[in-house]
Formats: sequence, structure tokens, C-alpha cells
Amino acid sequence: MSSTLVELEHISKSYGSKLIIDDLSLTIHENEFVTLLGPSGCGKTTTLRIIGGFEMPDSGRVLFEGRDITNTPPNHRNLNTVFQKYALFPNMTIAENIAFGLRISKKSKQYIDDKIKYALKLVNMEDFADRSVDSISGGQQQRVAIARAIVNEPKLLLLDEPLGALDLKLRQEMQYELIRLKNELGITFIYVTHDQEEALTMSDTVVVMNQGYIQQMGTPESIYNEPENAFVAAFIGDSNIIPGFMVQDKLVDILGVRFDCVDSGFGTNTPVDVVIRPEDVILGKPGEGRMDGRVTHIIFKGVHYEMEVMAGGFEWLVQSTVGHPVGEEVSISVDPFNIQIMNKPASEDEEAIKLDE
Amino acid sequence: MKKHSVLKKVYMAVIILFLYAPILTLMVLSFNEGRTMGKWTGFSLHWYEDMFADEDIMDALKNTVIIALVSAVVSTVIGTLFCLALPRLNSKMRSVFLALNNIPLLNADIVTGLSLMLMFVAFGITLSMGTVILAHITFCIPYVVLSVRPKVRQLGMTHYEAALDLGATPWVAFFKVVLPELRSGIFSGFLMAFTMSVDDFIVTHFTRGAGINTLSTMIYGQVRIGIRPTVYALSTIVFVVVFILLIASNVISGKSATVKARRKAES
Repeated sequence: MSSTLVELEHISKSYGSKLIIDDLSLTIHENEFVTLLGPSGCGKTTTLRIIGGFEMPDSGRVLFEGRDITNTPPNHRNLNTVFQKYALFPNMTIAENIAFGLRISKKSKQYIDDKIKYALKLVNMEDFADRSVDSISGGQQQRVAIARAIVNEPKLLLLDEPLGALDLKLRQEMQYELIRLKNELGITFIYVTHDQEEALTMSDTVVVMNQGYIQQMGTPESIYNEPENAFVAAFIGDSNIIPGFMVQDKLVDILGVRFDCVDSGFGTNTPVDVVIRPEDVILGKPGEGRMDGRVTHIIFKGVHYEMEVMAGGFEWLVQSTVGHPVGEEVSISVDPFNIQIMNKPASEDEEAIKLDE
Repeated sequence: MKKHSVLKKVYMAVIILFLYAPILTLMVLSFNEGRTMGKWTGFSLHWYEDMFADEDIMDALKNTVIIALVSAVVSTVIGTLFCLALPRLNSKMRSVFLALNNIPLLNADIVTGLSLMLMFVAFGITLSMGTVILAHITFCIPYVVLSVRPKVRQLGMTHYEAALDLGATPWVAFFKVVLPELRSGIFSGFLMAFTMSVDDFIVTHFTRGAGINTLSTMIYGQVRIGIRPTVYALSTIVFVVVFILLIASNVISGKSATVKARRKAES
């Protein structure tokens, strides 16, 4: 991996008595597309605002290229932000908006004009230079906000749910645009979103956050395929999270039935949570799989059918391109590679359930 | 249906008549030839001529304008700064300060006037035009806050933060980005403060020094010694000026909104 750009060291932040970020440390490399992903209130936006300089951490340090910038005001940081509500200046034209940062850094008129042209071309808005902010659509405002940020050639671009206000089609288009921009410009992106699909589509690294903690960090594939805990599994895509126990290495007991798997190192007879993605559940004729069940719900989702199958006392969520009518007897099997084992969280609730059993 | 709509119109007409009949009477009488109150003896502008020739009236007019301008400018600056500071406070302090701001609005003018006078005297401040201006600033600030605060809330912090993010100093961010967005609210607040100052009688009456008259205190003084139609002419002019200022302030604060709405509709 290339060299380190941003380091967060033991950042904590609270508002009043509410702890937003709890001892968070994170390293971001140059030219990386990092997404902070989590539900609202998980601390992702606050983390971004601390990097941007709009919030001060209660404790901890922010390093930028090895230099401590914790107390540096936003206007002296070599980074730019694309805000959630775009925050274009309504009293200026599109071109004046884009020129704002360059005028402040006292660039020459020629340089600024060239840069405006270049930035508008980059976001496919060449004909809009002299339009007013109010006269363009939300998607166009978003493009201008991005153009306004990148003309300053920051090392780091912060994006705070920039696509949140756009409709689905436009959002998907903009996702590709952002990936293209990032590759063309070679700057580091830190992107905040609560949309897991957006995170998986665009990022090199996904940081899943909840309640001020980093829950898991890794490539989109590893986050999706190997969630480390139930929160990540449930938050990223749909999943079946089933209590089970590890009989021995590579053998897990799910709902009283033994399944082969590929995980080891959990010990013997250890209670675990088992994650199986709905698209990894294979339905067959009764008796042909590991366990039998009955289809209780089916809906057509376009690409696939989504079914619920009652088997072994658990309602399995199943996605398949082949639909089975409600009431049909089916069997369930799972490829050992698609069974993901997680440690049970050591919480009191879990203890209580165990005692009951 | 039809009957109802006629009723509605009659109702509106009656309301408007009751509201504006007194002022219309005054305006009409200001153009009356004779000096009797109840009898129309012909059209004339000579009360207006008399008015402009009357040194007392011109002096009072000058005082009124000076007091209104100075107190409107100062209260606009203070009120706007207040609005800018509010979002930085926690919600408890914010509601405390807003309540403090609203009390002068609700307080009876006579109490405000009397207490200001007592305070000036108690602190050994000689009553003069200065004390009138101080008093007017006091009661004008809340009106400025009422008109600027919605704009500040509407704007939020993001534009300011965006400007900082692009390298602007807080100073530049304020003057280039924040202030232009607040302009209409500030201007209508200024007009409101100006109008309130021109309008005021009671507070002025209590806080003015000897020999200082504004239009309202002078008219009141004249009423006691026998009213002359020059006062009708003066009142008519005061009404028209205040009326125009109020319309202007409404148009200005409404204008930015309608322009935006129209642009949205066009796009």
C-alpha cells in the first residue's frame, strides 16, 4: 500500500453527556477511497467533520502527512469537503462558486479561468458557467459542489453523504462518476454514507461504524463475505444470522444439523453465530439437502425471488432466480465456503439466553 | 354560492372601511381650505405650505430623522450580531436570551419610557437627544432580531463552513458568503426599526431633554394648545412615509423568496 495520508489517533468526542466517538483510531492511505459506513448517529459524520476541522475532538490527535493538524482551522487544511446539502453560494454564479477557493489563494485570472473550464468539463457541466445556483437541478448542484472542491487540488476530498438527496437512477450514475473522478485525479476520498450498496460499489476500504466504534474495516468483499459480528452482517446486505455451535474445526451445528464449513480456531462445542447470505442458500427437492422445510412467503424482486423458508424452527431468508410456491416442501443446503462463523458478542443479553436454554 | 361571495365582499369592505376611515378623514381634512374640523370649504394645499414654513415642525422633523436613522443603524448592527451569536449557544441559553429579547416587545411603552427616564436620571445622565437615541435603540433591537433571525436559521452553518473549507478566513467567509444571504432580512429589520422609532411617542416623551421635539411629541404638544390643520398635513405625510416603508420592508423580505420560487418554477 502507498504511504499514509491521514491518521486518527484515539479520537473521542461527546456532545453533552452523549458519547459520539469512543477512542477511534484509523489510518488512511494516499489515493485510497475510504467509506465510513453506518446507521445515523454512529459517529461517521462527526469523524468526517473532525478531519475537516469543523469539530474539535475532546481527546486524540489528527495527523495529516505526519503533521499534527488537530488544532488547525479548516481554512488552513489541505483538503476540501463536498457537503451533504451542497452548500453552493446562492449569491454567485456557478463559475464564481468554483472560482471561490482559487480567488482566495490569489491565483491569476488566466489560471482561474482555465481551472473553471477544466472543472466544469470534468463534471460534464461545460455550458452552465454563468447560470445561477437556483436555476440548476439537485444533481447538477452536486456536480458543481464537487467541481468547486476539486479545483483547489486538495490531497484529500471529504464527501458527506453527497448523493443522499438524489434519486436512485442519478445516484447510480454519480457513483460511477465519482469512481472515474477519483481515478482521474488521484486524490484520496473519504466518503460518508449510510447506504451499504454505495459503500460496496465505490470503496477500496469500507469502515463499518456503530455507536462510535469501528465495527469492521476491510475491502468491500471481505466486509460482505466475512462479517466479523452480527451488526456488520445485518447492516451489510440481507443475511440469516443463526445461533449455532462449533462442534470442532470445520464442522458447525446449526439448528441441530451438522454442516461442513471452512472456519477453524473457535475451539470445540463453542456457541457461535452463523451467517449465511440469502443468495447462498440452495433450495432442492425434499430429502436432497441438509434439512427440509416449507416455503412460507415469496415475493418477486426483479432479478430474483425472495422467499422465506421455515426449516429447523428458523425462518430462512432465501434469494433465488427459481421461485417455489408457498407451501411447497423444499430442502436446504449450503456450500461450506458460504458459511461464515462469528464469535458471539459477550453481552449480558446473550448470557441470559444461554441460561434459559 | 353567489350570495355568499357577495356577503364576503361586503364583510371585507366594512372591515377595511372601519380600519382606514379615520386616516382617510384626516387626509381629506388636511386638504381642506378652512380650519374648522367638520366642514369642507374647498380644496387647498396651504396647510402643507404652512407646515413647511413652520420652523418648529421642520426642527422636529430633523430630530425625528436623526434619531430614527442613528437608532435604526445601531440597533440593526446589534440585533444582527445577536442573531449570529444565537446558534452558538446551547439550547437553554438560547431560549433565555430569546425570552430577554421578547420582553421589551411585550412591555408597555409607558413602563419602558418611565424606567429608562428613571435610570438616566439615577445615573446622572442629562436627558437630551442622546438619551432618546439610546432609548430607541433599546426598543428597536427586538424588531431587528425578529426580522434577521429567520434568515440566519434558514442559512444555517454549512455555507459558512463551506467558505472556510475553501480557504476563506472567518472574516472573508462572513462578508462574502453569509452577509449577502442575510441582506434582505437586515434591510427589512432596519426599515422596521426606523419605522418604530419614527412612530414612537411615549418613550420619546419620557427620555427627551428640554426643547427636544420629535414629530410625535410636537404634535401632542400642539394638540393641547389647540389643533391646527398643519398637524393634519404633517400626520398625513408621516402616515404615507411609514406606509411606504412598511410596504418596502415587506416587498424586500418577500422578494428573495419569490425570486427563488420563480426560478425553481422556470427550471
